[in-house]
Amino acid sequence: MSDKGKAIFVLVIFLAVAAFPFLYNRAASSASPKIELNTPVIDAMRVKQCILPKEKMRHDHMQLLNRWRDEVVRDGQREFGEIDGVKYEKSLQKTCLHCHSNKAEFCDRCHTYASVSVYCWDCHLAPKENKP
Amino acid sequence: MTIGRRQFLKAAGAAGILGLLGSSYRIFAPGELEAFTEHKTGASSASRRMSLVVDMKGFPDEASYNKCVEACNNTHNIPHIEDEKHEIKWIWPEKYENAFPDSSDGHLPEQIEKMKFLVLCNHCDKPPCVRVCPTKATFKRPDGIVAMDYHRCIGCRFCMAACPYGARSFNWSDPRPFIKKINPLYPTRTKGVVEKCNFCADRLSRGERPACVEASNGALIFGDLNDMDSDVRKTLRAKYAITRKPDRGTLPGVYYIIGGSSND
Repeated sequence: MSDKGKAIFVLVIFLAVAAFPFLYNRAASSASPKIELNTPVIDAMRVKQCILPKEKMRHDHMQLLNRWRDEVVRDGQREFGEIDGVKYEKSLQKTCLHCHSNKAEFCDRCHTYASVSVYCWDCHLAPKENKP
Repeated sequence: MTIGRRQFLKAAGAAGILGLLGSSYRIFAPGELEAFTEHKTGASSASRRMSLVVDMKGFPDEASYNKCVEACNNTHNIPHIEDEKHEIKWIWPEKYENAFPDSSDGHLPEQIEKMKFLVLCNHCDKPPCVRVCPTKATFKRPDGIVAMDYHRCIGCRFCMAACPYGARSFNWSDPRPFIKKINPLYPTRTKGVVEKCNFCADRLSRGERPACVEASNGALIFGDLNDMDSDVRKTLRAKYAITRKPDRGTLPGVYYIIGGSSND
């Protein structure tokens, strides 16, 4: 076992290299993104509320959108329901982005931070005033 | 209990054969090879069958059919691409010999020779595009509309090869730079997907008529073919109409009333 020292040396180097990204990210942690909720439509709302509770939307919006997609495209079920007398349609462009017309500050900030690349915008159009 | 080498090999071989038999039986079981269609023979009264009648009397000149094409293009964000190999079309004018190649013998009345026929997806009763689609991106809705789920389209273009009417277009590039005026209420498509007419399924869900029908001044008649009192049914009862390439057995849902055969 005369190579014990060498082996440990190489092992230490390997661990240092493997752990580098994690340590680096920890040291260079950036502030978590702040999403902007103030748009003209939301400001004009009497009761500022989304179609579902905030925590639920934050956690499950991707599943919700996937479900909406299938229900609308494949089953033709387009109505989400009524909240406070306002009817909502299952539509990214016509419902979500109607209120959250600030895609850059609302969608992109978190997605960029979390390094999530969505392909929604390949087809779906974001409102004009917020060109990415 | 011990098991010998020979015994083990025999058992493994038998299990393998059984497995193969089992799976092949399932693969070739009746119905498994049938592609996804909701076609029912002798349509039940409950199901609807959306269809369109093109009354050629209402299309005397270029402006009359261009209006319909424009309406469709503007509603669905259809790009205008000059290159014929890359162009995207949902509804477009075609000469008689191209629209009805099986029934043109070269001796057409002058009036019909000059006509342009609006052609679009026929929303067939037995759509070959639905049968060939490997991802079920193209599917038939219970109301007879052959719809597309662009999220699922992988751009293999089998459907384009299968469609006898050339009603499908492929996005060879990002269509957005070629869209003249974007309708913010409708999505665009993206590079690498096939697209076609959807009978304005979204407008129908809001109780509106298809965009082309709205713009046609009554020359395009839209409705439920299974409803005896619908406009399409009444029209087809009163006038002789033809469909495109009937010998393909696709049972198109778009009918043409050609001038001269009308009762009035």
